[in-house]
Amino acid sequence: MARIIVVTSGKGGVGKTTTSAAIAMGLAKRGHKTAVIDFDVGLRNLDLIMGCERRVVYDFVNVINGEATLNQALIRDKNCNQLYILPASQTRDKDALSQEGVGKILDELKKDFKYIVCDSPAGIEKGAHLAMYYADDAFIVTNPEVSSVRDSDRMLGILSSKSRRAEQNEEPIKEYLLLSRYSPDRVKLGEMLSVEDVQDILSLHLLGVIPESKSVLNASNSGMPVILDEKSDAGQAYADIVDRYLGEERPHRFIDEDKGFFRKLFGVK
Amino acid sequence: MSKNSNETPNALPILEFKSSNFSVPVLALSSNDLIAIQQQLQEKTSLAPEFFKNLPLVIDLQISNKLNCNIDIAALTTIIRKTGLLPIGLRGGNKQQNKQALDLLIPIYSVNNVATVEDPQKQQTPNPTPETVIRDTSTMLITQPIRSGQRIYATGDLIIMAQVSSGAEIMAEGNIHVYNTLRGRASAGIQGNTDARIFCFDLQAELISVAGNYKVSEDIEASVRNKPVQIYLQNQALIIQDLIQHH
Repeated sequence: MARIIVVTSGKGGVGKTTTSAAIAMGLAKRGHKTAVIDFDVGLRNLDLIMGCERRVVYDFVNVINGEATLNQALIRDKNCNQLYILPASQTRDKDALSQEGVGKILDELKKDFKYIVCDSPAGIEKGAHLAMYYADDAFIVTNPEVSSVRDSDRMLGILSSKSRRAEQNEEPIKEYLLLSRYSPDRVKLGEMLSVEDVQDILSLHLLGVIPESKSVLNASNSGMPVILDEKSDAGQAYADIVDRYLGEERPHRFIDEDKGFFRKLFGVK
Repeated sequence: MSKNSNETPNALPILEFKSSNFSVPVLALSSNDLIAIQQQLQEKTSLAPEFFKNLPLVIDLQISNKLNCNIDIAALTTIIRKTGLLPIGLRGGNKQQNKQALDLLIPIYSVNNVATVEDPQKQQTPNPTPETVIRDTSTMLITQPIRSGQRIYATGDLIIMAQVSSGAEIMAEGNIHVYNTLRGRASAGIQGNTDARIFCFDLQAELISVAGNYKVSEDIEASVRNKPVQIYLQNQALIIQDLIQHH
């Protein structure tokens, strides 16, 4: 049975698209046929992060409007043949999406794909609403600071009351916390909330911590999901997250600062 | 009270008029702006759709008529029914409004005493069938966290087993129990019950209120924060007290 995962946060700039690209790639690399959809109509970004921006012909809105078939619009990833990208339209706005249209496309994708990752736009308006409406699982991406945590909490409230599962009284969406841009040094200085602080406020199952890392920016610039950079800390963090999501035990990393001088010198960057 | 002479084989009268008290909400109106009334009704009912569904109510026009806002009963009734409420009476209406109401088969009640209007003598005797008195004492139990932006309205007591996030709002006509951290806004006795209390395991609320008497976070003393407390009214002052008393 296919599962629909929404990557959402409420707040912008916390790493939703980076996360969507990374986990979609991670799931595909583990052999699961995966589609990743950019719901940010009008502010298309996922294609850049996935490095397929020059291969976009048709988009999500074209498919909804019946101007193209799903197969015409889906772009096969060049690094992994199990991964397909459905880009957003850059020339339209979020009103071009309809609940019915989105539902139809997701139903069609479910026949063929194991995982469907929905990259939600920021905010709680129509685009974000449609991205989460049909979800089975939700990855809540949060930065360790108060406004991001509060927006995530707001989004959790919407997930538990406005989703299809909530409306039809089905088993609720499974919610997972992804704490991104985490810096143990800054936590120690009191400049950032700690993992415990965030969990205390959100009381949510922690799927993983992604450290603040230069590798994320490098990956975005080169159009390669950061999970493919296996040497990087952020890449490893995402790999752990995918494994944990698939039910494997992985101890949490990147939560504590590197203490020893030698570990700093010789440890992973 | 009249008794029917026909009796069933087991000697019970087929029908019998009894007097009985019901607690019925009154919808007091102070405007004749039907669009505004409709909007506000929808807002209120959306707070607790299950509670308001098919809820009987008495329309009270004392204030609106005092303000010379003449309300068309037919149009008003349509609006009220559209929101899923069932008007079962009118009071405080003028002659024309009362006639309109009767045409719509809505009974008229006097302003002074709704319950005893048909049978003034019953007022002195105790209620013969106390078990028929309807009081809404239903308790709402919630086990999921209340997230920022969510609002919960309970017509009786409200028990929450999970946390209440900041930016969330919980309201109850009765008491509020939060067996976890309370970070949002909590209002007990929201319809004016001054005996209502708030109990919580860990007080970090943005606002607490009992029967309209409130304190914002800033006014809550550090000595009662982050611990189990109860909050109640005493001489119109909001008292916050440690739940665990140290002797």
